[in-house]
Amino acid sequence: MDHILSILIFFPAVAAVIGFLVDKGAIRTYAITVTAIEFILSCYLWINFENTTVTMQFTEFIPLISQYGISYNLGIDGISLFLVLMTTFMTMISVIGMSEKRDLKHLLLTVLFLEMTMVGVFLALDAIVFYVFWELSLIPMLYIIGAWGGQKRVYAAVKFFIYTFTGSLIMLVAMLYLGYVYFQSTGNWSFNLLDWNMLQLPIDMQLWLFVAFFIGFAVKVPMVPFHTWLPYAHGQAPTIGSVILAAILLKMGTYGFVRYSLPLFPDASVTLMIPIAILAIIAIIYTAMIAYAQEDIKQVIAYSSISHMGVIILGIFALNVEGIGGALFLMISHGIVSGGLFILVGVLYDRRHTKMMNQFGGIAKVMPMYATVFGIMLMASIGLPLTIGFVGEFLALLGFFAVSPLLTGLAGTTIILGAVYMLVLYKKTFFGPLTNPLNEKLKDLNGRELTALIPLVCLVIYLGVHPKPILQPVDNSVKQLVQVMYLKAIDPKSKETIANANSIKEIK
Amino acid sequence: MIEPISINIEDLNIPSLLPMMVAIVGALLILCIDLATKNLHKSLYVMLTILVLLIDLGTVMGYGGTTRGFFDVMFIDGISILAQVIIIVASGLFVLLALSAQRFHEYKYPEFFALFLFMVAGFQFMVSSDNLILIFVGLETASLALYVLIAMHNRDRSTEAAIKYFTMGAVAASFFAFGSMVFYALTGSVELGQISSHLVATNFENYPLILLGVVFILGALSFKLSLVPFHTWAPDVYDGASAALAGYISVVPKIAAFVVALRFFEIFVSVNNQWIELILYIIIVLTMTIPNMAALLQKDVKRMLAYSSISHAGFVMAAILVGTTQATEGLFLYWILFAFTNLGAFGMLWMHRNKQKDGYSSDHRFEKFSGLVKSSPVGAALMGLFLLSLAGIPPFSVFWGKMFLIGATINAGYIILAVIMVLNSAIAAYYYIKLIVYMYLKEPETDTSSLSMANSSSSVKTLIGITAFMTLASVLFIDPLLDIISTYVQISGY
Repeated sequence: MDHILSILIFFPAVAAVIGFLVDKGAIRTYAITVTAIEFILSCYLWINFENTTVTMQFTEFIPLISQYGISYNLGIDGISLFLVLMTTFMTMISVIGMSEKRDLKHLLLTVLFLEMTMVGVFLALDAIVFYVFWELSLIPMLYIIGAWGGQKRVYAAVKFFIYTFTGSLIMLVAMLYLGYVYFQSTGNWSFNLLDWNMLQLPIDMQLWLFVAFFIGFAVKVPMVPFHTWLPYAHGQAPTIGSVILAAILLKMGTYGFVRYSLPLFPDASVTLMIPIAILAIIAIIYTAMIAYAQEDIKQVIAYSSISHMGVIILGIFALNVEGIGGALFLMISHGIVSGGLFILVGVLYDRRHTKMMNQFGGIAKVMPMYATVFGIMLMASIGLPLTIGFVGEFLALLGFFAVSPLLTGLAGTTIILGAVYMLVLYKKTFFGPLTNPLNEKLKDLNGRELTALIPLVCLVIYLGVHPKPILQPVDNSVKQLVQVMYLKAIDPKSKETIANANSIKEIK
Repeated sequence: MIEPISINIEDLNIPSLLPMMVAIVGALLILCIDLATKNLHKSLYVMLTILVLLIDLGTVMGYGGTTRGFFDVMFIDGISILAQVIIIVASGLFVLLALSAQRFHEYKYPEFFALFLFMVAGFQFMVSSDNLILIFVGLETASLALYVLIAMHNRDRSTEAAIKYFTMGAVAASFFAFGSMVFYALTGSVELGQISSHLVATNFENYPLILLGVVFILGALSFKLSLVPFHTWAPDVYDGASAALAGYISVVPKIAAFVVALRFFEIFVSVNNQWIELILYIIIVLTMTIPNMAALLQKDVKRMLAYSSISHAGFVMAAILVGTTQATEGLFLYWILFAFTNLGAFGMLWMHRNKQKDGYSSDHRFEKFSGLVKSSPVGAALMGLFLLSLAGIPPFSVFWGKMFLIGATINAGYIILAVIMVLNSAIAAYYYIKLIVYMYLKEPETDTSSLSMANSSSSVKTLIGITAFMTLASVLFIDPLLDIISTYVQISGY
């Protein structure tokens, strides 16, 4: 298959268009089949992916607007491979685990369109095409939150849209400017990321462009202080919306940092390393505390997402192989774990139509399987060793340790604080006496829910014990990335910082 | 004693007048038909108008003569041809909207179509001259016809709108005449080319007087382009005119005025005249921002779209300030894409127009559209498509124009202006999304399903389908379109 990447992007969209003709009653099976085929296609990609190659693979190139250097340009490397796999996998899981009844057809077709945009973001190598998919992903999400959400759904949906749209428009200005800089220095127009990677920019220009890209990505991640849209969006979104939002959409922001900010602006990344790390640490500690204060189970997980995204940012801005590799691994693991947790909250909400902790208590007695699965996911979220959450968190923190042991110490509280709010949640919900009579007749997980959750549990444990299948290809591409940064840095000081950050073994 | 004028008929270059003559003769033909037989169905006149426009288009595209013609008052260069093509194509799309299901007063009169063709000829004159007098004549021909077209909708609001437009338009016309007079006094010529060379040769002597002339001409053009602070007529006029005509007003008169503004301000922008650039800069920023804020507060969709198209005009004015070739290409690209999208959006409103009272205070309240996705999913999807495109969401058409224009602004070094432009796009997204929220995310307020889409007919649907296709598939033809635009722009040297 020559055009496997294009097929991956457009298969769900074509399926969604055709899906309008499928009968309402059969639409769920249709959507599950489509997402499963998409997942199998991405597995095919993985099998044919050569781990030893560091450059882009399966590249495709079609000029779109040749006058202005915009082309449809796709490619995949170790950084994006697992994000694509995670996207197709989590979309499939969320569709399987979905329990929504209203307007099922519209919802599922919207999810298929959304899948197209998400895969497109991770595969695009042309800045404008990347931007197109990036913006396009807002519309299905706006519809999902706005049409199937809770009480204040319209407010939450519009807030989500406006926030991200504003941020990314500023990023667009930076992209256009960078295209112009490329034109000035080479005489050709190009928005191709691989072409841009050859540019060496003066430091003050790097700083401005970095800040503009930062606004676009930070809103998406979300980083404090741009995070206020996320709790609303999660609070109001239906289960499937929350799953996709937490598992995949947030990763687009951190992916942007790795793919654009680091290689394009190495000096700016070094200069702003500590300020961004401080923002990340504020996010980690502050949102963990807010998470502790929540009454609503879903909000706890929403805030814990922001907290974990802080660790990912910290790992990325360690600017070394361990940190970035760990951050990428954490993106995958956070996708699986937070997606799983949101599905679990959805299970409870379907049965009781409330997500408040004080309504529950002691439900481990009536729902033992549910309590077990929740327990495993929760441990992974905290970062218990031998679960998937540990590997990434450990590597990200280890990476940043080479930069600043003090800040890493502060960030390390994520594990303690995470344990506090998560275990309190677990205690209040699952343990203690079964006080509320409404809870006595709760049914345990049914077949459909188990089908969605068991693969997640297996992955959580398997990759926790044996993370190598992911870490190795990631490692190769990240080494290449760090190499590019080192070569491109103009300021000798930045070169030194990058070199120091990457020589953790010699320091010992 | 005046010397007898002896001029060779060859030198007159009559073909340069041919496109306008086609439109005018076509209009007279329609009047003659009306004299002979009364009470013919509107579809006859619509199709006659389309035929005339097609011939007109053919003569424009086939024009191969020199750029100068008819005592040197005609000036047919690349951008003139480009603008004429846009005017004619958009006019054709507009006329087809007349074939809607319900019967409206204005279409009963063949005069409507005759006036319409006169107006098209007026706009064509406007863009194919660099003589201030001929531009003035073209402007007035077109405007007077347009006032009548608005008034013919035959409702109180329409008459009010027409009179308001006429009064303001008359002031603008006097501004234009006065401005031209100042330039004639300064340079002894009313031809922009000669004014330019004279001003440059004398190194902008009498600068206060030049500024005065510029301010008057700018006032007149700003009125036509509805730039702040000359925009106050626009929402009321859009409100009073039928939705189809409102869409037309937001596209065609503006492209004509843009071309005049382009030719006029080129004189000053090309030599980096600071004061005039500053005035333009301020007007552009205000025009983008203030109507955007006003649009946020509107309760009627048509008024919202009216304010939004003012803001779009401000956006495109930036191209004139920037003044590079790329910016001029951006102007045309933007306006072509915007023309299709905006005509589509107003066409959708036109389909929803109905003559019965439906309990809402105006024709196109936001509430009327709530829950539209339930009663007519395709209609809601198309409207959503046009709105997203207007908001500049990729990959729909207006995004490419926006991107190209912002790119041109950045390349010319106006970074702050570019940032203001994108921030305005973000504000604009809110009110476009608001209508989408009504259509998709709210429940229907009353049972309006029988009333919505009351005015649709298969020909209007086809037309909207075409505009929707252009909006959706724009990414595929941006490249050839840009090639054509840049050829025409570059041969005319802007």
